[in-house]
Amino acid sequence: MTEWEPVIGLEIHVHLKTRTKMFCACEVVYSDPPNSHTCPVCLAHPGALPVPNLLAIEHTVKLGLALGCEIATRALFHRKNYFYPDNPKGYQISQYDVPLCGRGVFVVPKPGGDQQVGITRAHLEEDAAKNVHIGGAGGRIGGSAHTNVDFNRGGTPLLEIVTEPDLRSADDAKRFLQLLRQTIVELGISDAEMEKGTLRADANVSVRKRGEAGYRTRTELKNMNSFNFIARGMQAEIERQIGVWEAGGEVVQQTFDFDAASGALTPRRSKEEAEDYRYFPEPDLVPVEPGDQLVERARAAVPELPGTRLRRLEAELDFDLAEGLVTSGRDRLYARTPGDRRAVANVLMNELAGKGIDPEAVDGDELGKLVGARASLPRPVFAEAIARSGDEGFRAEPYLAEVAVTDVGELGPLIDTILAANPGQVAAFRGGKDGLLGFFVGQVMKETGGKADPRAVNELLRAKLAG
Amino acid sequence: MAITREQVLHVAKLAHLDLTVEEVDRFREQLSAILDAVSKVSELDLADVPPTSHPLELVNVWRDDEPSPSLPLDDVFANAPERDGDFFRVPPTGEVREP
Amino acid sequence: MSRAPIDTLRLTAEEALGLLERKEVSARELWDAYRAAIDARDEELHCFLTHVDEPNGEGVPIALKDVIGTKGIETTAGSKILKGFVPVYDSTVARRCKDAGLATLGKTNTDEFAMGSSTENSAFGPSRNPWDPSRVPGGSGGGSAAAVAGGLAPWALGSDTGGSIKQPAALCGIVGLRPTYGTVSRYGIVAFASSLDQVGPTTKTVRDCALLYRIIAGRDPNDSTTADVPAVELPEREDLKGVRVGVPRQMVEAEGIEPGVRDAFERTLELARELGAEVGECELPLSVEYGLPCYYLVAPAEASSNLSRYDGVRYGLRAPDAGYHEMVMRTRDEGFGDEPKRRIMLGTYALSAGYYEAYYGQAQKVRTVIRREHADAFERFDVLVSPTSPTVAFELGAKTQDPLAMYANDLLTIPSCMAGLPGLNVPCGLSEGLPVGLQLIGPQFAENTLFAVGHALERAIGFDYVPKRLR
Repeated sequence: MTEWEPVIGLEIHVHLKTRTKMFCACEVVYSDPPNSHTCPVCLAHPGALPVPNLLAIEHTVKLGLALGCEIATRALFHRKNYFYPDNPKGYQISQYDVPLCGRGVFVVPKPGGDQQVGITRAHLEEDAAKNVHIGGAGGRIGGSAHTNVDFNRGGTPLLEIVTEPDLRSADDAKRFLQLLRQTIVELGISDAEMEKGTLRADANVSVRKRGEAGYRTRTELKNMNSFNFIARGMQAEIERQIGVWEAGGEVVQQTFDFDAASGALTPRRSKEEAEDYRYFPEPDLVPVEPGDQLVERARAAVPELPGTRLRRLEAELDFDLAEGLVTSGRDRLYARTPGDRRAVANVLMNELAGKGIDPEAVDGDELGKLVGARASLPRPVFAEAIARSGDEGFRAEPYLAEVAVTDVGELGPLIDTILAANPGQVAAFRGGKDGLLGFFVGQVMKETGGKADPRAVNELLRAKLAG
Repeated sequence: MAITREQVLHVAKLAHLDLTVEEVDRFREQLSAILDAVSKVSELDLADVPPTSHPLELVNVWRDDEPSPSLPLDDVFANAPERDGDFFRVPPTGEVREP
Repeated sequence: MSRAPIDTLRLTAEEALGLLERKEVSARELWDAYRAAIDARDEELHCFLTHVDEPNGEGVPIALKDVIGTKGIETTAGSKILKGFVPVYDSTVARRCKDAGLATLGKTNTDEFAMGSSTENSAFGPSRNPWDPSRVPGGSGGGSAAAVAGGLAPWALGSDTGGSIKQPAALCGIVGLRPTYGTVSRYGIVAFASSLDQVGPTTKTVRDCALLYRIIAGRDPNDSTTADVPAVELPEREDLKGVRVGVPRQMVEAEGIEPGVRDAFERTLELARELGAEVGECELPLSVEYGLPCYYLVAPAEASSNLSRYDGVRYGLRAPDAGYHEMVMRTRDEGFGDEPKRRIMLGTYALSAGYYEAYYGQAQKVRTVIRREHADAFERFDVLVSPTSPTVAFELGAKTQDPLAMYANDLLTIPSCMAGLPGLNVPCGLSEGLPVGLQLIGPQFAENTLFAVGHALERAIGFDYVPKRLR
């Protein structure tokens, strides 16, 4: 074990699933032509005023409950002031010292036991618009000729979750994010898809000697927007920092952009001076007091959380398999699919996952029958059956009966033809080369496109070869 | 309480005002006088007094998540200084900036 | 049958409504009469920044302060940065006026972004006082007040952050109401200081004021800071029996109150007693002493943020430059006049790291103190009274070089604004031949009380709102 200990905190932005923007009634649509979903409020016309979206507030409270946060009795919106083309008012409406969700603890099961990850806060804010930098060498922002702004995204509701620096490895950070993502999806408050940008993660990374008190200088990794590379990206930064310290250097505070396609980290041009956002309470909005009624309604809408289910599953499965099922949202199907637990889990994580089937569409009992019949089915038949298992009204038995070629009337003449075409092998088999049976089975499978029932083929071949 | 030229320049930068040399000197003087006058508020010991950010004691004003029509593009760009297709066009920002 | 020509100097809005209802004049005749008055006198008074050529309603015409957003009608807030800006939506008050049939005569002059007490901060030149064109009409809503006093509009809407309705009404000898914060929607009003801005009527009489307030007041789903408003009652009573009138000692003893203003105020108190009011003294020591500094921290801080949207990106002036930040900085330097720049800088400073607690944070606490003092006073009194402005209308240019002297004009109007309280100016006499205004302050949502008291006093005072030189 190395003497260095990574210290990681995460900042996660989640696009909330609402029909309208945070402070105006423009529809949230990203695929339409630029600026087609804008109004005086989200274009910051003179005199326009914000009115908060209740659903976004309810979503935030739900998430806060799921993360074990204290829900504020009285939360405020604040203005964060800065100039940028995508920030039309010159301030972003966000939350500052009294967010909707205060301190909490999110429990993340790990192979050796649970990890408690402190949640600093979760708050509601509005997203920025989209800047498109035009021209310039290689599309780099530095040399761009001009910037185009699309305000369709501007003002859409965004949830920001900040963790304590409680994560101690890149893998832990990834594990936390995966469980958080699944929790968010199950709460129904966001699609939380990194690929679509509805879940964005930044990481604050530092390292320290084991047993050392306090923290060393951290760097910020922006846009860790790929589960594939996130751990690798953080690991690379951890190793870089260890290298710097071990070479007698100093890690400097710095921001890196993470390239989700390659996993590479590029340092960002450092700012000349610290920002001064001049936060103050947003005078165009009144305080939010969620109150017992709103909180209880939200609590009632929080389902059993993935973390809880994962801890239950650990009892009967390898941790990795259990975690995979839960964070991929397949554990409910697993629970309702009878049969050998390990076999079911493997089918769910391999065949079913590979086909991209919505687990909620699958009838567990029928899937259980497929898993049970797997040994006796040719691989292509089984794969095809799994692919169909999400179809409406899918029934395993009739389906298998239909697709498997077991009819002796059909197989008989085919086998006769094959035997006639391979007299040498027939003679050799009859001369004692039992191993050649496989050759004949293979020929039958080839001719039937793999759909023949292997048991029936075996029986028939033995009979004919004996004859 | 006098403020320095540097403070005036710093504040002007935060506020995105490209002041002329003459303005910097004039505002330094005027702002010093005004700050002198308003600093009076700090005479009061108000440690236990809650702040008022709003004269009315309203809470929980919100709207349902129901869309209403956005502006037609003609209105969106009616007053735009510069338009590029259906985008607002601005000079290059020259840096990455994220809230 | 021939009728007497419409005397726009004297005709009240209520009378105009009566003429229309009884079909004694047509909406068009009424409109034309005011347009003729504008043609005759606006060149001198410069009340309007924009004239509207065709009426957009069949009712009594109205003038709107140029911070009130009007769809299809240029709205500049008196600033070069919004020159040529034509809103694509109506403010809620403009919409309500339209719905009531009120036809927009035009947009009235204002100090830039309503920041000022004389309209001399307008980027388009000052308005002049109809009583004496060498003097200011007050501000920021000087254009609206001068238009009503000068007979260029039967009534008008203004906006008040720290006195911008009450003070010009006082200096022009008419009635002005700054309503309770939250009773009139701010949606579509070019913002100055969000926690203080209120739109309100500027009229010849208290009854006109109540009529117009009835049209514009009410909760607005587009403004989260609006509240339900009690039904507006047109004042009828002519006595003040049982009304408890409080006189805040620190307000009448304040430095800088002109003797003539004090005299007119004292005479009005005497009248109030004669009408049956119980007049007593009360105390607002901290409100008066700390109100002005508190205001000049809170309002600029909010303004510094509210005016950030003028960046040359989506509308308004854009100064050419090669880079985004440089473009924004140049646009704002060229587009804003001195007063907005001063307040933006002051507010930015008050909110900046290291100063927030001492300035903005402390000012918000002072605001609590001011609210409490007023609440205590209203335990014993129904209304509080004081002069509205310490002085009568001053000469153009008298205070433009000294921001602090200009700020001191609002000494008496500001404390109640900080507490979100309604305030009504009623003309109460002349000093040096110029109007003096009486300020009536009520508890939140007590507009009906202010109308009742204001109406009774107005009757008793018998002030002639037609400027002497125009009679």
